[in-house]
Amino acid sequence: MSLSKIKFDKKIVLSFWIILIALIIAAPTLLPVFRLNLLGRYLSLSIVALGVDLIWGYTGLLSLGQGIFFALGGYCAAMYLQINSSSEFPNNIPEFFALYGVEKLPFFWEPFRSSAFTFFAIWIIPALVAGLIGFLVFRNRIKGVYFSILTQASLLVFFNFFNGQQKLINGTNGLKTDVTQLFGQMVGSDSLQRIFFWITAIIVIAAWFFAKWVVKGRFGNILIGIRDDEPRVRFTGYNPVIFKTIIFSIAGGLAGISGALYTVQSGIVSPQFMTVPFSIEMVIWVAVGGRGTLLGAILGAVFINYAKSLVSEALPASWMFIQGGLFILVVTALPEGVLGWIQGDGPRNLLQRFGLRRKIETYPSLEVNNKEGINE
Amino acid sequence: MNKIDLLNLIDITVSFEGFLALNKLNLNLKKGELRAVIGPNGAGKTTFLDVITGKVKPTKGEVIFKGKSLVGKREHKIARLGVGRKFQSPRIFENLTVRENLEISVSTPKSPLNLINKSIKDEQLNEIEHLMKIVNLAQKVDSKAGSLSHGQKQWLEIAMLVGQKPDLMLVDEPVAGLTDEETDLTADLLKSLSGENTVVVIDHDMEFIRRLDSNVSVLNQGTVLCEGTMETIQKDQKVIDVYLGRPEV
Ligand SMILES: Nc1ncnc2c1ncn2[C@@H]1O[C@H](COP(=O)(O)OP(=O)(O)O)[C@@H](O)[C@H]1O
Ligand SMILES: [Mg+2]
Repeated sequence: MSLSKIKFDKKIVLSFWIILIALIIAAPTLLPVFRLNLLGRYLSLSIVALGVDLIWGYTGLLSLGQGIFFALGGYCAAMYLQINSSSEFPNNIPEFFALYGVEKLPFFWEPFRSSAFTFFAIWIIPALVAGLIGFLVFRNRIKGVYFSILTQASLLVFFNFFNGQQKLINGTNGLKTDVTQLFGQMVGSDSLQRIFFWITAIIVIAAWFFAKWVVKGRFGNILIGIRDDEPRVRFTGYNPVIFKTIIFSIAGGLAGISGALYTVQSGIVSPQFMTVPFSIEMVIWVAVGGRGTLLGAILGAVFINYAKSLVSEALPASWMFIQGGLFILVVTALPEGVLGWIQGDGPRNLLQRFGLRRKIETYPSLEVNNKEGINE
Repeated sequence: MNKIDLLNLIDITVSFEGFLALNKLNLNLKKGELRAVIGPNGAGKTTFLDVITGKVKPTKGEVIFKGKSLVGKREHKIARLGVGRKFQSPRIFENLTVRENLEISVSTPKSPLNLINKSIKDEQLNEIEHLMKIVNLAQKVDSKAGSLSHGQKQWLEIAMLVGQKPDLMLVDEPVAGLTDEETDLTADLLKSLSGENTVVVIDHDMEFIRRLDSNVSVLNQGTVLCEGTMETIQKDQKVIDVYLGRPEV
């Protein structure tokens, strides 16, 4: 009985993967270039969403500053491309430097001549910055709303700093990538964009498996334990500071990869990646998709952004209202998000809402049970 | 018979903005001892556990555990030194299964690296099986802990405490909200743990304390009023005045 069920599940999983891979391979022929490029961008956003789900959905850390790490990854990729496409410009350095009278590549950009270095920098630098910020914050036991405020404040600091640094990173204008060269081709060209799409699709799947590996088993259970009752985790002999720092750092690394892929597919990185609304949107994707469900984070990011582009094309300026409404709807009616609702007791809860079934104890009750630990 | 002291609390004072929750409290525990701590609401019983486990730093005084001071150490360090705690209201991880809760408690070392890339050791799996039998949760292994009854939650937390293998077990009101039968079973369980373990049990329930058949410390207004067997403290006039004589007991 159970054996046939397992086989059945395996068949479904297998066909799911076959269809998915076929779709990914065929996408460039099925979709016009413009749509393909949009899909590639939204897929890259789903990677930062996976990170948000790890820290918020699993660990309970609501970061409103993921734009920092997203932008760092984007800047690493963009500067690498610019440096390696600047042979015709004065001093063989990116063109914008000349505008501000800079004649020599700032020293910290030197290593970005190397593709190997850049490959690692894209995720390691954001991960390190996140780890450092995280460690300082978590060690001082800053949590809850204070953590969210602090991450947003950090975002504003980075935003303002990057805007002001013309001589280092071209300030407000940001760094363009579409006219740079990679492997002898223009980054903005259709052929390279197609490759970026495929790379993005593969990395999304890889990131998804990685995130699944992180949350499965005892490590993931400790994250959930920290979310639901951090003092209890401490009294059991675990140091939550280390666990939170690690997961925040992982989310930072994922954000960096996401930002790099997004940058090369949208053609520019600028401090606009670090605006307050954008980082809040990342949280909304996860909330709508279903926090604590990794697939929900991916689907939330892709579908909401796709909806955003469709709505914005048809009814410009109305998207903000729709997005706000969607968020309110999810928070009030589907607190576990769409996928969480489907996977959980969705239908039963629906019956409950109409008074057709008794209420059972679910997720939100935890916050009540936590009272004892709150005043520390 | 001369057993050395496992824990000494020396002149512990805890002041919450001037209010003395503990006032020069002294208490010594021998290895293997079972000790009951009773006292009216607000006597400072939970605060006394908070001080030992590092949640509250004493304003004055010393906590000596296995010959070392615990004051100023962080909670997880104290836990690793061998102090385990069960909270007043059950504190289990409701979104994890019974097995996952127990895995968290028995896993060692408690480092992220060990947890992420190693699977749980066989001996720890056996330990979990054993614990689940002790507390009658073998049928519930894969149920979410949040779906357990109140009594089962209390027991799961006791099982988690035992699984941590602490040298000192601090148990705060384990029978609050339990049926009489469950209360008796809990008393027997705690008694069976002492000897090998050192156990401190806090409670109001006199029947339960009597069944523990241990030495009793009576706490009142943050200080130890009286110490001794159940018979001794029942005859003590001070105790009768502040606690036993009160109508609700
Ligand atoms: N964090 C705190 N801040 C202020 N007062 C506290 C705090 N914790 C406990 N108290 C006070 O200390 C006293 C002792 O509390 P507690 O140890 O919980 O008593 P018991 O467990 O014996 O009922 C109570 O009067 C309580 O209000
Ligand atoms: Mg108490």
